Amino acid sequence: MTRAPINKIIPLSLVDGPGNRTSIFLQGCNLACAYCHNPETQRLCNHCGICVSGCPSGALTIAGGRVNWDPEVCISCDQCITVCPSFASPRVRNMTPDEVFREVQKNIPFIRGITVSGGECTLYPNFIKELFAKAREQGLTCLIDSNGTTDFSRFPEMMELCQGVMLDVKAWDEQTYQKLTGGPTNSVVKKNLKYLADCNKLEELRIVCLQEEVDAEAVISGIAETIGEKVTSVKLKLIKFRHYGVKGRLQNTPSPDEVYIQKLLQLACGFGFKKAVIV
Amino acid sequence: MNQVLDIVTSKKLTYEQKVMSLAHAAEDTLSILSIPEKTRYYFEINAIDDLYEGHAPYRPRYIMPDYEKFIKNGSGFLQIDPPKDLDELLNSLMILYKHVPSITGFPVFLGNIDKLIEPFLDGVSDEMAKKKLRLFLNYLDRTITDSFCHANIGPEATRAGKLILELEKELQNAVPNFTLKYDPDITPDEYAELGIYTSLFCANPAFCNHKVHKKTYSTDYGISSCYNILPICGGAYTLSRITLPGLAKVATSAEQFLNELLPDCLEALGNYMNERISFLVEQSGFFESSFLVKEGFIHPDNFIGMLGITGLAECANILMGQNGKRYGHDVDADNLADQIMTIISNFAVQFPAKYSKIANGHFMLHAQVGMDYDLGITSGVRIPVGDELENIYDHLRHSARFHREITTGCGDIFPFETTGRNNPSAILDIVKGSFSLGSKYISFYEENSDLVRITGYLVKRSEMEKYRNNQVVLHDTTHLGAPNYEHNHLKDRKVRGV
Repeated sequence: MTRAPINKIIPLSLVDGPGNRTSIFLQGCNLACAYCHNPETQRLCNHCGICVSGCPSGALTIAGGRVNWDPEVCISCDQCITVCPSFASPRVRNMTPDEVFREVQKNIPFIRGITVSGGECTLYPNFIKELFAKAREQGLTCLIDSNGTTDFSRFPEMMELCQGVMLDVKAWDEQTYQKLTGGPTNSVVKKNLKYLADCNKLEELRIVCLQEEVDAEAVISGIAETIGEKVTSVKLKLIKFRHYGVKGRLQNTPSPDEVYIQKLLQLACGFGFKKAVIV
Repeated sequence: MNQVLDIVTSKKLTYEQKVMSLAHAAEDTLSILSIPEKTRYYFEINAIDDLYEGHAPYRPRYIMPDYEKFIKNGSGFLQIDPPKDLDELLNSLMILYKHVPSITGFPVFLGNIDKLIEPFLDGVSDEMAKKKLRLFLNYLDRTITDSFCHANIGPEATRAGKLILELEKELQNAVPNFTLKYDPDITPDEYAELGIYTSLFCANPAFCNHKVHKKTYSTDYGISSCYNILPICGGAYTLSRITLPGLAKVATSAEQFLNELLPDCLEALGNYMNERISFLVEQSGFFESSFLVKEGFIHPDNFIGMLGITGLAECANILMGQNGKRYGHDVDADNLADQIMTIISNFAVQFPAKYSKIANGHFMLHAQVGMDYDLGITSGVRIPVGDELENIYDHLRHSARFHREITTGCGDIFPFETTGRNNPSAILDIVKGSFSLGSKYISFYEENSDLVRITGYLVKRSEMEKYRNNQVVLHDTTHLGAPNYEHNHLKDRKVRGV
């Protein structure tokens, strides 16, 4: 049975797509964005044990070279992820799609769907496929929240079950992208943008806006050029960078000012985006 | 007479509040109701409570006039012709409202207000309609100075309803309460979402499960006062309550409570309610003299007696004794609470209530939401503030289970994070889910809102602050709300959202 590392499952999410949704956060990412606000989801735990002694509730123990986490005892103080030197978390469960779905099922009839997020959830396409198949059987809608580095067209079965993708377009210029994310290229992101627009599965586009780091103007115009008339129907979220949770060189960087972000909104409107919002 | 002198010389009451209080004090000098010794005992131990309804009832507690009929026929007594345009309609309603009595001295039900207004909007621009409705709504808020007052909208989407919601967001009024009668098969999502969005600015409207409530009576129903589901063209004679923790405190065991105390106390309460109703119907002269009866806006056959229940949570917790099992959190405590509810429900089904034709000769249950003097007593069947379930879905499943037996009003209140405004559809999904499970009533307010729902009525935090500083405040419900807000730690209600 397929398993995937699950960082957490949020029963009620107002911010991960239309309506009320249960969000499933998978652990592990193929990027290391400088502005990442949940960097503890980037890597898998290497069982170094540094977090264990500082755990105030005794939820973490180490045995046989492995760090174990007891969710019953955990008080979610986040001390462990604060001290983790390797951008990981000991509070990760390896779960099957069945196990995850059993947790999702408890939230019916209060939710209209699920969203898989991360980390980068598309690192686990088979897991997503199996989870979505179960969710669709129960009438739930299924969305993917992704950095777009996995070529979606290579996973037609997953995409058949997926009803929409919320895509992060982090930068348009390749060097800007590399510097920001540590990833080799954004060519797949651009390919996905076109693919998702063509098959009507572009649920939402997101740009985290921060001057000097993100070429937001180029991203806006690049998207508009790529998706054509879809600019009028796709939701575009211009997300103000916030330093909360950020580790590394941007951890003390202030948010962009209102003038800049309003200018970007105007620019987006000028390119024909009808559903552009600042968040 | 010290109490009377205290009222006369108070520096915290408005003139109007003094007059009301003096009337109340005068009524309470009478003792014409026959109250047996045992019933007096239950009053003394705070197991039965007449909720300040007075010692000689001379009007029904809540009156639900048939406003449609008024609009169609006008009123001979008030010398009002049927209104022909929006101005005449609003003016006619303003006049009639002034003459609808209740326990508070003010009308507690203002009608299915959108339905009343909608036919008069033809040919009136949004801008003009809003100007007139704004004046109307502010008149209500400033003259009905008690927030146990309710107007209903829905379940159909109307232009009138939409305009009212937009205005409410702007006006931030505490009066009236609005409830949207919500049925997902009738109410469009967009309209319901506007309702939720609005409630995250001004705590109005609340949502009522229309599918369930429309079956309550043979006639149409309305929501009055805070959360009272009552027949239109009628109302409620009385609402007297059993305060369960008061009774539980004198129990020698859970078995004794269930088998002896509770049935005995219910019997005493039932007889007491009948005594009140008898005086009101047979001696007070209300039904013989009121023009509302003569002109057919209300009918004696459409009145019921509401048997209120409060403090189920603390009652179950007390009876659980030393084992520390808690209502809402432990199966045993919930099962015990369920047994208590079943006993109360069975009592209501068999005990003969006087003059209660529309309720088939029985009392109906109401989750009474509390008084200013309730210390450590949680409204109705709610889980206490501070002890709420972490997961809102578990909380709502619990609500659905305990709303089941209560037919005339039972609801939950949830403060929500400000971000909820960005996605009202998510909150609507939660409403849909909880209503599909049988939950009956739900309301929201935004975490930082000035307007907050106390138990069922709205009060402004800023007004409570004034009252605490010994200033005179317009709405008398601020007097009730301020102590309740503190006693029951309402500022600590669990804020929902992500």
